[in-house]
Amino acid sequence: MTTPQHSVARPRTTAPAAGTPAIEFAGVLKNYLSHGETVPAVKRTDLAIAQGEFFSLLGPSGCGKTTTMRMIAGFEEPTAGTVFLDGKDVTHVSANKRDVNMVFQSYALFPHLNTYQNVAFGLERKKTGKDEIKRRVGEILEIVSLTGMEKRSPREMSGGQQQRVALARALVNRPRALLLDEPLGALDLKLRQQMQIELKRIQREVGITFVYVTHDQGEALTMSDRIAVMNAGVIEQLGSPREIYEKPASRFVAGFIGTSNIVDGRVERVEGGLGLLSYTAQDRVVVPVEDAVRSGDKVEVSIRPEKIDLHRGVPPVTATGGSVLSGTVTEVVYHGTSTNYTVATAAGADFTVFDQNASNADDLADRGDRVYLTWAPQHSYMIGV
Amino acid sequence: MTTQTLDRPTQAPSLKPRRRITGAGFMHGYVWLIIAWLVLPIAVMIAFGFNDTPGRYNQEWVGFTFKWYGKLFELSNLTQALVTSILIAIVSSLLAGALGTGIGYALGRYRFRGAGSLNLIMFATISSPELIMGASLLTLFASLQVGLGAVTITIAHVMFSISFVATVVRARVMTLDRSVEEAAADLGATPWVTFWKITFPIILPAVFSGVLLAFALSIDDFIVTNFTAGTTETFPLFIWGATRVGIPPQVNVMGTLIFATGVLFAVVTNIRSRRTTKTD
Repeated sequence: MTTPQHSVARPRTTAPAAGTPAIEFAGVLKNYLSHGETVPAVKRTDLAIAQGEFFSLLGPSGCGKTTTMRMIAGFEEPTAGTVFLDGKDVTHVSANKRDVNMVFQSYALFPHLNTYQNVAFGLERKKTGKDEIKRRVGEILEIVSLTGMEKRSPREMSGGQQQRVALARALVNRPRALLLDEPLGALDLKLRQQMQIELKRIQREVGITFVYVTHDQGEALTMSDRIAVMNAGVIEQLGSPREIYEKPASRFVAGFIGTSNIVDGRVERVEGGLGLLSYTAQDRVVVPVEDAVRSGDKVEVSIRPEKIDLHRGVPPVTATGGSVLSGTVTEVVYHGTSTNYTVATAAGADFTVFDQNASNADDLADRGDRVYLTWAPQHSYMIGV
Repeated sequence: MTTQTLDRPTQAPSLKPRRRITGAGFMHGYVWLIIAWLVLPIAVMIAFGFNDTPGRYNQEWVGFTFKWYGKLFELSNLTQALVTSILIAIVSSLLAGALGTGIGYALGRYRFRGAGSLNLIMFATISSPELIMGASLLTLFASLQVGLGAVTITIAHVMFSISFVATVVRARVMTLDRSVEEAAADLGATPWVTFWKITFPIILPAVFSGVLLAFALSIDDFIVTNFTAGTTETFPLFIWGATRVGIPPQVNVMGTLIFATGVLFAVVTNIRSRRTTKTD
């Protein structure tokens, strides 16, 4: 913190040195006082968001993701720790002096101003020249496809259009980072999917760091470069969408991102980096394990539903050396693109299996059928010891 | 089952309109009765402004004339009283508007020590009898040895109308989306700029109705004014004094004009609010 990089204000026009994170949290934590009691909203967090990254904060409501974002924006001051923007300490800098802009969940457009005036508001505060304001507002309205709507007032526009005004109003200032607080929450499904693609396109076009707060895991997976999954004020996992989906770091992440089947068991033996958990003579789970795992250790294993094959007869598993669990089908739900089976397995846990409806043949199994579930070793993932 | 569902559509229209007609007839009569009740005293006031009465007594209809409109400002005492009233109403409603807006904004936006008691005191000033308020103000001014006059009247009027302005503004501020102000700060506006560029324009209609309310309360206040006026004469005090010797027709004319101004304001605001809701 004593390095000149952190303490000297950098002129806005100079680009930050390569490698300097756009946003950095060093030991940041936030407590609230509620009825005389200290309630932690965000526990001690270290975090670095790179320049130009599409970064999502994902978690259930009350997990601390909005508080984290508001500390970046400057609406909340951390109880302890330091917030850096482009390597500059901004912990005690108020929101109106921070070079980040926010898109609010409720859009928070100024109801008495029209589209042009709404978008120009930030530039006017910076005393930008009239001609330049006009040019930049025109440019950004084109990017968000709102050209011709300059004179409309917010209440004359649809939810999707208001959303674009909010986006333009923030982006026109060319902020160091754009913060988006569940911006698509109020839109219907079709529009939401359209805006997801649009947001990603805009982010590519303007090249600004996006920090995206959402509780919608699908949204986070499709749009983000990296995701921080938060729970109870803690970042449980930070990684690419693929890492988070394929290699969940905790039971919470496994359950929150998509659907996961989780089985517990003791490692019977370790052989060539693979651990074996057996339940009966033929029911077993094979999982890649870390070097530290020894036989006798208790582990949790997560398996994604679409990785599992469902067989009615005894499968030839001995050849593949993969996992096999027998069970009884308790539920069959037809979803159009896939059929979802719930199977009570010999390992004690209920499994969900997705079967793609690739052909229009009948379902693989009916309720009450005796079935076998198999999957390859690399599709088992150990989430905890 | 089938016959029942078939019957329903034919039955319903024959029953409903009849009901509506009897109900509507009663409602119409009732509405006109209420309107008559409200308007009749005002109509009498307006009518007697056109009464060709010979002397100061204006209680019997003599004939129609416009002459009192021509002689509106001939009674200098009356004119002076009206001017005093209007001046006090303007000054006190603007002062109450400024102070009340501040209080209303603070109460609607922030939680602070003393907010509860402030709410209570505001309610107390709205609900306490004017007679008591006037008497205690007189005692206060007397014990402070302040000379009674236009200034004390204005102080008294500001005092009782602040609560009204604050209540109206507070209600508006409480429905205001907090994030709109945060958005302004986020875009680089200082708290001062945020208030004047964003918050104030949004709550302006509420401030405006608060000021109008304060103006209306001030211009026709009699009880509190009577206690705090000293020798200063306002419009209501003049009329009160005149009842003993006969109210001159000019009073009716002025009353008519004040009423007409009020109606004009109401119509204009009505049209404006209708125009804004249409665009929704």
